[in-house]
Amino acid sequence: MRRGLAISLGIVLLVIGAGLWWLSAPDPLDTDSLAWMEGDAEAGRDIFLAAGCGSCHMAPGSDVDPLLLTGGREFPSDFGTFIAPNISPDPDHGIGDWSQAEFINATMRGISPDGRHYYPAFPYTSYVRAEVQDMADLYAYMMSLPADATPSRAHDLGFPFNIRRGVGLWKALFLRDDWVITGDLTEDEERGRYLAEALSHCAECHTPRSALGALDHDQWLLGAPNPSGRGRIPAIAGEGFDWTAFDISAYLDTGFTPDFDVVGGTMAAVVNNLHKLSSSERDAIAAYILRAR
Amino acid sequence: MTFRPILAACALSIGLTLPAIADDDPAIAARQGQFKLLALNFGVMGGMAQGRMEYDAEAAQTAADNLYHLTRVDQMVLWPEGTDSDSVDGTRANISIWEDLDDFVEKFGALQMAAESLQDVAGDGLDEMRAGVGALGQTCQACHEAHRDEAS
Repeated sequence: MRRGLAISLGIVLLVIGAGLWWLSAPDPLDTDSLAWMEGDAEAGRDIFLAAGCGSCHMAPGSDVDPLLLTGGREFPSDFGTFIAPNISPDPDHGIGDWSQAEFINATMRGISPDGRHYYPAFPYTSYVRAEVQDMADLYAYMMSLPADATPSRAHDLGFPFNIRRGVGLWKALFLRDDWVITGDLTEDEERGRYLAEALSHCAECHTPRSALGALDHDQWLLGAPNPSGRGRIPAIAGEGFDWTAFDISAYLDTGFTPDFDVVGGTMAAVVNNLHKLSSSERDAIAAYILRAR
Repeated sequence: MTFRPILAACALSIGLTLPAIADDDPAIAARQGQFKLLALNFGVMGGMAQGRMEYDAEAAQTAADNLYHLTRVDQMVLWPEGTDSDSVDGTRANISIWEDLDDFVEKFGALQMAAESLQDVAGDGLDEMRAGVGALGQTCQACHEAHRDEAS
């Protein structure tokens, strides 16, 4: 009797374990359909700027080259410290030997070339909404950047967050590729939504997270604690946010707030990038931000 | 009788764990006032540069003169040790200012130079002023990026 119970319990655990293992398995995009796509490096530059790759992957410190993606910046969080890896086109220490399909599976699915999950500190959670062609363009552009042989450092995470396979369960629960702001959108708002929700990943910092690190869609862009230090990432929607479209667009261009305070912190790199895009792109983001309110 | 030592212990532990209130230190209020004055005067020219208001050579020059003088205020008294955001509430001044003082001084020096250049051109026309405004904004941003915390 007791033995029978133990056996059934064992079977149940085995089934649960198999289920979890199955649920946590990487779910890549179809590699064949990604391989043939032609990337345009020039178009990829704008994607690179909008997606803000350099903001996290350039070397630590200020006054560093934003195109030399050596990695090494640290991102403390409730789960431990994430350390941005080298994503320069160095074949040994960067992504130089990645195929285009591997690159797109990394950015849009959070899966490494050797089939492991990336942590969602890497905002594939936003890039999942991107156009595949844009990622192909981004690949072409990033492969044209200077290489650097600085080795990547391992993240410093505590148990159980150091079990990468567990990220698969997190993805099953939280990774979604539909838009957060829906309804009737103007062309400008739609373009802005693509930039903000798919590429520039505004919400990754400006939206609070649950205990499991999932963005709280009910508090979209309403501000959040700063995971990397003191203070808060400000609300860019909701009651207290009273900027006009002009204010937002001007801020993303110049870094000047309507009160002529000047951007700092991690947002400075965002402004440095968006400043280089055409003004219509900044206007589109502004239209989206006001729509999200 | 017995609760006096407990009270004292409580008071002591509160004193040890809570940062001092920033308002206690006049240097913090003074430097925050300085930055408000900077922003207000910068905003006169920034508003013109962004087309929020018409360019007015005289108003621009006055604002630029103010900026020049504001950036000449001796900073020695405004940044006493122990007034960083690790030590006290109510400031966004990161400890890096004191840990890497040379960098902070260099970045403040860049602001002073940009203010001088802007003063030279602010009254010369919209395009001239606009270039100077952009250059000065860059010096603000460089320091805010390195040494200022997020607002709370």
